[in-house]
Amino acid sequence: MADTSHGTGGLTFDKQKRSWPNEMNILLALIIIVALFEVAGQLLPYMKGQSFLFDTRDRFDSIFNEARLKIIILQVAIIGIIALGVTQVIITAGIDLSSGPLVAATAMIAMSFAQTELVNGNPNPKAVFGLWAMDLPTIVPIAVGLTFGAIIGAINGTFIAYFRIPPFIATLGMFLICRGIALWWSGGRPVSFPTEGYKFIGSGMMPVVWFLSLAVVFQLILKFTVYGKHTYAIGSNEEAARMSGINVKRHKVLVYMLASMLAAFAGIVLSSKGSTAQAGMGEFYELFAIAMAVIGGISLKGGRGSIVGTVLGAMVIGVIRSGFTYIKLDGSYQLMAMGGIIIAAVVLDQYRQRSRA
Amino acid sequence: MNQDVVLKTVDLTKHYGGVHALEGADFEIRKGEHVAIMGDNGAGKSTFVRQITGVEQRTRGQVWLYGDEVHFAGPLDAREAGIETVFQTLALADDLDVPDNLFLGREKTFADWLGPFRILDYKGMRQATIDGLNKTAVKIPNIRNTIRNMSGGQRQCVAIARTATFHSRLTIMDEPTAALGVQETAQVENIIKTLKDQGEPLILISHNMRQVMELVDRIVVFRRGRIVANLKKEETDGQDIVAYITGAKTGEEYMEHAL
Repeated sequence: MADTSHGTGGLTFDKQKRSWPNEMNILLALIIIVALFEVAGQLLPYMKGQSFLFDTRDRFDSIFNEARLKIIILQVAIIGIIALGVTQVIITAGIDLSSGPLVAATAMIAMSFAQTELVNGNPNPKAVFGLWAMDLPTIVPIAVGLTFGAIIGAINGTFIAYFRIPPFIATLGMFLICRGIALWWSGGRPVSFPTEGYKFIGSGMMPVVWFLSLAVVFQLILKFTVYGKHTYAIGSNEEAARMSGINVKRHKVLVYMLASMLAAFAGIVLSSKGSTAQAGMGEFYELFAIAMAVIGGISLKGGRGSIVGTVLGAMVIGVIRSGFTYIKLDGSYQLMAMGGIIIAAVVLDQYRQRSRA
Repeated sequence: MNQDVVLKTVDLTKHYGGVHALEGADFEIRKGEHVAIMGDNGAGKSTFVRQITGVEQRTRGQVWLYGDEVHFAGPLDAREAGIETVFQTLALADDLDVPDNLFLGREKTFADWLGPFRILDYKGMRQATIDGLNKTAVKIPNIRNTIRNMSGGQRQCVAIARTATFHSRLTIMDEPTAALGVQETAQVENIIKTLKDQGEPLILISHNMRQVMELVDRIVVFRRGRIVANLKKEETDGQDIVAYITGAKTGEEYMEHAL
């Protein structure tokens, strides 16, 4: 143990503790879950010795079952984009429930600026606007969608920071408002037939590309910029942050704006992926995004958590979904297992915090 | 005005509605001087500090800092003018480490054109932290540990080290050892002595007679919102000070108000 004399009193430090970051525990959990599915696949009588992770067909060019790995991450990529923003909100000790309906509202709004004029030689049957809104450059729907997200986030942040409405209430209200906007926008009818350029945004593995590159960007921002430092400081001790001269209110508005812009972007990717936008899209997305952050080791009290953790949390959810399909158990079991894992993640985290203190 | 005077107040007064929490305080501290403020609870000590650090707006009176008359709109103004306050309740972010806390709200950065996304100069901040801690002789085993993992004394030391890192022109400590154990108190007192050796002016609010007699040059006693004594340490003792605090005695120059 290091020399900590000079009358400091109290605790001494075990330097080992710092070299084992929280994220390693989640990675470990992820590996264990994958191993469980692998073992289940080998042992369950009706599985005939299949492999969850590895390529069983006799080929030379791959070891892993790439198709499955792609699906695992593809099915969580869009909610993962939302989770990147939710993570930042929760680090400030807030919460954002409005992201799911915001996905739907943004999808509707952005898609209506991304429609093509002619479908198989006929006029677009799902047209929301007239010809002026047809075949616009792809940047237009993206800009409109992100602007809409920024406005919703700014409203969330303003009510939370300046009018001191609890984040839960403010974003619950916005949850309903956004779902209402999504239904009202085209009178409940789906908006479809986007341009080729818009289709590309969410095509193939593009959602994964967006998710991972945005994750890298925000991990760097949280770690290496003043924005990130102040985000953690506010969640850790808001009073201290204020006394240190941080403009807490303005910073919170910025955090909620970024979170809503990420959710709006998720809406753009989702509508592009399916080539359609419907008012009912994004149901429960806000809760799954929060679940990813929670499994990723975030503290709802603020101050702790990371983008890396949330990405791993997203992977855990992806693996569970994929794994239950693989061992041929239906969706009801998936939901039960996922619920159990979320609770277990928090219990383990609290236990770890207590044993550390 | 004499350039040796760090802070001077004349007729500093604060009324909360009908309550006269502070009445006509004339106070002065000179370069290199350590002054203690003593008095019973509700005597006006903290009210006095809140007026000079801009936490509250005074009802009446004037304040000069290094010869310039000042009107602080808020605590940040006071801080920018060079008044660092160590509060009884610790204003630290538990999940951040020592350099993060020292530089919170005034980080060293690169690429300032990036606005809120400007890049943190971690290396520069760590080096400045180590220099600041050396200056105050604070020993913290690993500055990259989060504050959460530190003892009360170490936390208070971090709060105090802020003042040394930013070359404050006046340090105010509001009962810095009230919540600390014996060993930790000793450590904080050592830091105060180091500040004294370096000629940093300090106002110390404390109830601890031994501490006051050991650390400061001059003792100002508050009672019922007024200053009732201004005593050089050499010319007084514990019993004498208690007499002023309880009202058994009042300084000659303050007699006119003591009824």
